[in-house]
Amino acid sequence: MTAPFSWIRPEPWGIHIAPADVWVDPARAVPRALVTHGHADHARGGHGETIATPATLAIMKLRYATSAGAQPAAYGEEVALGGGVTATLLPAGHVLGSAQILLEHAGERVIITGDYKRAPDPTCTPFAVTPCDIFITEATFGLPVFTHPPIGEEIGKLLAARAANPDSAVLVGAYALGKAQRVIAELRAAGHSDTIWLHGAMEKMCRLYEEHGVALGDLKLVSDAGKADLAGAIVIAPPAALNDRWSRRLPNPITAMASGWMRVRGRARQRGVELPLVISDHADWNELTQTIAEVNPAETWITHGREEALLRWCELSQRRARALALVGYEDEDD
Amino acid sequence: MEEFAALLDALVYTTSRNRKLALIADYLRTAPDPCRGWAMAALTESLDFAAVKSSTIKALMMERVDPLLWQLSRDFVGDTAETASLLWPEPETQAPQPPLTLSEVVERLSALTRASAPKELPALLDRLDVKGRFALIKLATGGMRIGVSARLAKTGFALAFGVAVEEVEEYWHALQPPYPELFAWAAGGPAPDLAGKARFRPFMLAHPLEDGEVDLKDYAAEWKWDGIRVQLVRAGEETRVYSRSGDDISATFPELLDKLPFDAVLDGELLVRGCAQGGEAGGAASFNALQQRLGRKTVSAKMLREYPAFVRLYDVLLAEGRDWRESPWELRRATLESLMARLPASHFDLSQIVEAEDFAHLAAIRETARDEAIEGLMLKHRMSPYVAGRKAALWYKWKRDPLLIDCVLMYAQRGSGKRSSFYSDYTFGCWSGEPEAGGELLPVGKAYSGFTDAELKQLDRHVRQHTVARFGPVREVERRLVFEVAFDSVHTSKRHKSGLAMRFPRIHRIRWDKPAHEADRIENLRALIRD
Ligand SMILES: [Zn+2]
Ligand SMILES: [Zn+2]
Repeated sequence: MTAPFSWIRPEPWGIHIAPADVWVDPARAVPRALVTHGHADHARGGHGETIATPATLAIMKLRYATSAGAQPAAYGEEVALGGGVTATLLPAGHVLGSAQILLEHAGERVIITGDYKRAPDPTCTPFAVTPCDIFITEATFGLPVFTHPPIGEEIGKLLAARAANPDSAVLVGAYALGKAQRVIAELRAAGHSDTIWLHGAMEKMCRLYEEHGVALGDLKLVSDAGKADLAGAIVIAPPAALNDRWSRRLPNPITAMASGWMRVRGRARQRGVELPLVISDHADWNELTQTIAEVNPAETWITHGREEALLRWCELSQRRARALALVGYEDEDD
Repeated sequence: MEEFAALLDALVYTTSRNRKLALIADYLRTAPDPCRGWAMAALTESLDFAAVKSSTIKALMMERVDPLLWQLSRDFVGDTAETASLLWPEPETQAPQPPLTLSEVVERLSALTRASAPKELPALLDRLDVKGRFALIKLATGGMRIGVSARLAKTGFALAFGVAVEEVEEYWHALQPPYPELFAWAAGGPAPDLAGKARFRPFMLAHPLEDGEVDLKDYAAEWKWDGIRVQLVRAGEETRVYSRSGDDISATFPELLDKLPFDAVLDGELLVRGCAQGGEAGGAASFNALQQRLGRKTVSAKMLREYPAFVRLYDVLLAEGRDWRESPWELRRATLESLMARLPASHFDLSQIVEAEDFAHLAAIRETARDEAIEGLMLKHRMSPYVAGRKAALWYKWKRDPLLIDCVLMYAQRGSGKRSSFYSDYTFGCWSGEPEAGGELLPVGKAYSGFTDAELKQLDRHVRQHTVARFGPVREVERRLVFEVAFDSVHTSKRHKSGLAMRFPRIHRIRWDKPAHEADRIENLRALIRD
């Protein structure tokens, strides 16, 4: 009889499931990988075999131009990995196709959340609370200062800025996978039916979302616009383009950014953001703590972000917890 | 309070000066009295609530948040007021109360004592949202740091009500928050009654003399001394020293406060005794020495002894019970000269008129100015009244030709506001020795002006094409582009590795043609020190 949970091991390059020799979100190419979602710091290319949701595999194909070794698994479908380990992908509510991974071995249940959120999002399936023994949670916004307001308020600010500045383009910096499509979908839900203009880097991902049934309305490329088209328009671009030469073509742009980091003034000012929109695809502090309480695992492992504060919260609420030091994850522009 | 909090929040994120002004003006037009007066006081940092310190806020938080979670949050956010505004626990539902007004907040903050603050502040914070809490804590602890100067706030006021900012300045310093007389006047009422107050009058300023000449029959020439322009005001028992922006700097120069023996408003240059800048009653030290005295709230006896201040007088606005501002310069000058005998020579001298036969002669005299650490010449129309601000053709400043040196571009940084997409701030260096013999470039200064928009685009492209490393907003570039840098003076400095710091460096010419190894060496720059 081996020690409990010795089959799952956090290594610097990812979480290793030894009996099946499978890695979760490994930071380098491996023979077999389970991938939670399509963001670049989770979905690296070059694995021999990649088990993920069909949408995540489609996103990876878009990025790496190959679907070699793709092993699609639907939400809720149990996949036998070998060595007596099974994996089940469960919705994580982070971006299209994002999944938590439930691993079971000899009656022991471990969940790896990947990135997740609890707030509603019209572009992906909501997070499913699932009981387990060990809950391995992300902690990107693991500080009590991070509380994300309801998205309707932030979309309201964006529409108000647009209405108040008919001669300006409102340029919204948004992560190209997930955030951009969510902002567009929420704008549509708020009744904004005008053309939304895109930076070229957004186009393919928006199309992929539409192919997966997420309606985004009338989208056009800024490169196809005349300057007159862009006055009073909403323009979506990756954060890196906000202060780039690219933005010079826009009329009197007002720089907005949709990110959980915008909660902190210094972060917004650092990037020259005039209209901060606190919109995040990650769980905020309250969602993180609420989720741990709801899942109520015997032990919580914390990774991917500000582990220290969440560890402290677990200690204060008398929950067993440890911080994992995994490499390769970045503060997503999120 | 909600409107004021929204104003602060918007100002934090706005980089454009015009948008800031519009935000302030909109607020002042719509907010009620006396809230808008208190807002002006807050923006100009004219409020002080001694009972509330940053430590008071931290102590309140320690009772409400785990110390480690507070520390981790504070470290990430970087500002105590902001962290506290974010972490303040939302109160349990309470009986609805009318929203707090800014004037109510100011009233209650003024009444706080050290003992009552820990009980009273939470009651206020409980009635506000995140933005409101941020505004309240900033207000209570002082030091807004939201990128709005007092001058900008007053310009916003002038814009809101269509009045002249010079007039606002004229009344401002004699009035107390929340400035009811100022708002009444701006709305078309009578001018505030300011009799018997040692108040500031806006300075008369000069236009640069670009090219061309003036006729010395019409204009008198005076040295432009390298100190700080001040206004010395006495009205009855009160004497005050004001800086160019109208800030009361009396506390920084206490030795001047009992030296003006009669009621007057005098315009002059504040200097420190030394031997670099000549004058009739002993010389003045360079600007570097004066810098030791600037920005201090209290002054030690040692400071007073080592860097004694005096005023070199340029002009008289009020004296002998009369307002001279409408009178021609010639008459004011004669009046000033007649006053000198009644002023102690220990603390006052007269800025001498520079006599020259004609303009060419004056130009030759001006060439010698460098050795005396003088900024250049002032040319004042003999018939000019003393008017606020810059008025064409009345006064000119004719700065001496700048010093020039060839430097090599080393780093570039993105600008701010309109220039945020351009690499527009340049750090450049000179060679420590012969470049062929292993000499290296050491940074000597930083400039972000002196080029045209077209040149900026070229420079931006150059930076992007020759980047060798990136550090956040800064790019290190290949050392190949030479700038001819103009500057006013150079001093020794411990802050820079080169040991030198330039005053007012700007790009004079971009030497696309010049090879980097032909740029100047540090010694050439050091030879230009005139401390
Ligand atoms: Zn992600
Ligand atoms: Zn991530």
